[in-house]
Amino acid sequence: MSGQDASQATPLVRRWPYLLPLVLILALGGVFTKRLVDVEQGLNPNVIPTVLLDTPLPSFDLAPLPGRGTSLKSDDLKGEVSLINVWGSWCIACLVEHPVLLDIAASGEVPIHGIAWRDEPDRSLAWLAERGDPYAKIGQDPRSKAAIAFGVVAAPETFLVDKQGIIRYKQTGPITAEDWRNKIKPLIEQLKK
Amino acid sequence: MIIEIGHFALALALVVALIQSVVPLVGASRNNAAWMAVASPAALVQLALILTAFATLIHAFLVSDFSVTLAYQHSHTAKPLLYKISGVWGNHEGSLVLWVSILAIFGASVAVFGGNLPPALRARALAVQGMIGVGFLAFLLFTSNPFLRILPAPEEGMGLNPALQDPGLAMHPPILYMGYVGFSMAFSFAVAALIEGRVDAAWARWVRPWTLAAWMFLTTGIGLGSWWAYYTLGWGGWWYWDPVENASFIPWLTGTALLHSAIVVEKREALKSWTILLAIITFSLALLGTFIVRSGLLTSVHSFASDPTRGIFILVLLAVAIGGSLILYAVRAPQMEGGGLFAPISREGGLLINNLLLSTAAATVLLGTLYPLFTEVLSENKISVGPPYFNGVFVPLMIPLIIVMAIGPRLAWKRGDLAGALSRLKFAAAAAVAMGAVSLLINGVRAVDIAGAGGLAMAAWLAVASLSEWVDRVKITRAGTWQRISNLPRSAHGMTMAHIGMAVLIAGVSGAAAWKQERIQTQSPGQTVEIAGYTMAFSGVNMVKGPNYDAGQATIVVSRNGREIATLHPELRSYKQPPQQTTFTSIHTTFFADLYVAIGEAQGAEGAFVTRYYYQPLVPFLWYGVLLMALGGLVSLTDRKHRVGAPRRAAPTVTASVPQTAAAE
Repeated sequence: MSGQDASQATPLVRRWPYLLPLVLILALGGVFTKRLVDVEQGLNPNVIPTVLLDTPLPSFDLAPLPGRGTSLKSDDLKGEVSLINVWGSWCIACLVEHPVLLDIAASGEVPIHGIAWRDEPDRSLAWLAERGDPYAKIGQDPRSKAAIAFGVVAAPETFLVDKQGIIRYKQTGPITAEDWRNKIKPLIEQLKK
Repeated sequence: MIIEIGHFALALALVVALIQSVVPLVGASRNNAAWMAVASPAALVQLALILTAFATLIHAFLVSDFSVTLAYQHSHTAKPLLYKISGVWGNHEGSLVLWVSILAIFGASVAVFGGNLPPALRARALAVQGMIGVGFLAFLLFTSNPFLRILPAPEEGMGLNPALQDPGLAMHPPILYMGYVGFSMAFSFAVAALIEGRVDAAWARWVRPWTLAAWMFLTTGIGLGSWWAYYTLGWGGWWYWDPVENASFIPWLTGTALLHSAIVVEKREALKSWTILLAIITFSLALLGTFIVRSGLLTSVHSFASDPTRGIFILVLLAVAIGGSLILYAVRAPQMEGGGLFAPISREGGLLINNLLLSTAAATVLLGTLYPLFTEVLSENKISVGPPYFNGVFVPLMIPLIIVMAIGPRLAWKRGDLAGALSRLKFAAAAAVAMGAVSLLINGVRAVDIAGAGGLAMAAWLAVASLSEWVDRVKITRAGTWQRISNLPRSAHGMTMAHIGMAVLIAGVSGAAAWKQERIQTQSPGQTVEIAGYTMAFSGVNMVKGPNYDAGQATIVVSRNGREIATLHPELRSYKQPPQQTTFTSIHTTFFADLYVAIGEAQGAEGAFVTRYYYQPLVPFLWYGVLLMALGGLVSLTDRKHRVGAPRRAAPTVTASVPQTAAAE
């Protein structure tokens, strides 16, 4: 056992390998800190960016809910900026988002079309009757055809489509009032020009 | 009222932990026996207080006291008893209480069983253990308080995530945490040794049983987690290289390295500063593993809800614990080396290769796990690193490891005889060649068949080599074998078992990876599907009622060559609270292979369903292998020298002259 006598004598050259773990851990800590700061500032680590961003809408033709207007077709969405909201009466997070959608619909800024994903028409209608209906058109997607084409991971998801039918923004999870004010509304105003 | 007692007890535990982390440390540096003696009773009182707090939480869940926010959020009156209890740790706050409880259990066991430790080392190790306690009790009380109330109390709880309502998963966190937290002992002893500036054979002998216990629990915990994923997720996979899985696997790799390098310190007084570093790193990785998924840093399917405020607290905590110990390491470790000369062909040389390969493997898995985080932070690109990377870098590292695992135990300390060792491995080599050839003959020569045959050959090599080493040691052909078997140290039996367990595990991995078959289809009642020579006859789905769910239960009759073998009942369960669907798979096992059956969505009105059939050859070997490894650890733990040992700080010459046959590991 080398004693305390060696402590002062150990030259720096021999010491640096012992510093290496500390240096590595500090670098790792730096990356973690930056990441946490990003998360604090609103970056959502769970967002999976859509590969469909800036590409045309996938084509779909979904039957309407019984007694509620016409079918929801991808071709009909061209010529107007619109939001497409994937939702279901079984979806808890959609309950959270619902009041915000009602406000957006009331503002008249943009039509919201709904895709009733993996739902029974009766339940969808009952849900809307009870909580209010923000949607312009609603298409049923019981077998996930459109949801798969859109790459939906979990409801709610919302897509912003421009006049040319190109997807310009995707929101995973509920839209909050801040999301609408700070991100989606400014983007719509820009797209409308 | 009861829950407030728990809250108070936990706050008191924090105070006691503070005392435990300061007073004995000061006592040790001033050589004040009275101050050092504070450590043991403090550790015991801390345990009693934390267990009290834990008990009040369990009580709140058992009696469904929904005025306690945690019980309201994670429990329900209709839940079966087992899941009321496991619900306590099925969430962030409760699992932290479990974590500090286990930490306190380990601390208290040093107080109880550490009578033969030098007082200063014991006082310092317990003080470090106390510091860890302070950090996590503060984290618990200030950011994740489990004792909050809601008023007025809700009538009914929100229920536990149905995916967590499973006997395997109920036991998974306690066992996994025993593993993670167990490495805190090695850490505390390492930091204590750095403070003392002294590491020797006796130190290694004290650290090894704790490391062994932690390793055993971690092995079992990872095995349980994998088994759970296998039978509940319904896709027939058992390992996904998910961040949460990796988080437990990385400390397992470094912990395994630590287990082996501590032997070198004990026998040869070499690799001291490396062993200290491994002890620090292993516990740091265990901390990272427990907490990184809660901080919002990484995304995973398994993680608890993340919260950035907690993330910052965790980061500061980790910075103090890991950074502090590494600063101490940088200052003190350069004086620690010493020890004897180190010949490459020797037992210690073999163990060094083991350490290099295991730590490289740990580093590659860590890199793959954190790489998406790095790229996103530094370049804002979102990428994911998947199984192809991990399989691609991990498997090539394991091949030399397995080769060395067979040779190493045959080499003597100091100067091994490689030619002699290799000549005694001819049976193992023959077994490997035979196994590979038979596998190729039976399965064919496609690329996967060759890979599978290679894996089986490695398994045969390791199993036969480990067994024959044991046979040679007890000289099984000569009289007095039983005497020699019982004279052999338990740790030698343990090593043989654990190494054979590894061989069995490799066989399982190879078989599952190479020859898994699957059939996924829509099946109407009365239709049959063939898979791997079995006929699966589907006769429809009935509704059945569970304690807190409704299920569609399918009936599938398995037959082979016209003879009925088994009737399987996979289910699709719909839980009411919270409303969620889970698959319940049904597995028929033949010891060598599993027939694995799951059902999916109903298709149309005629009672047709999606059915998924998997033929999983050798998957049961995964569980046998893990079990053998853990049992090997347990047997080794019962070794005399770990129990009575009375490890004195012996003169190094004594340990170095132990002849090969008596040298345990």
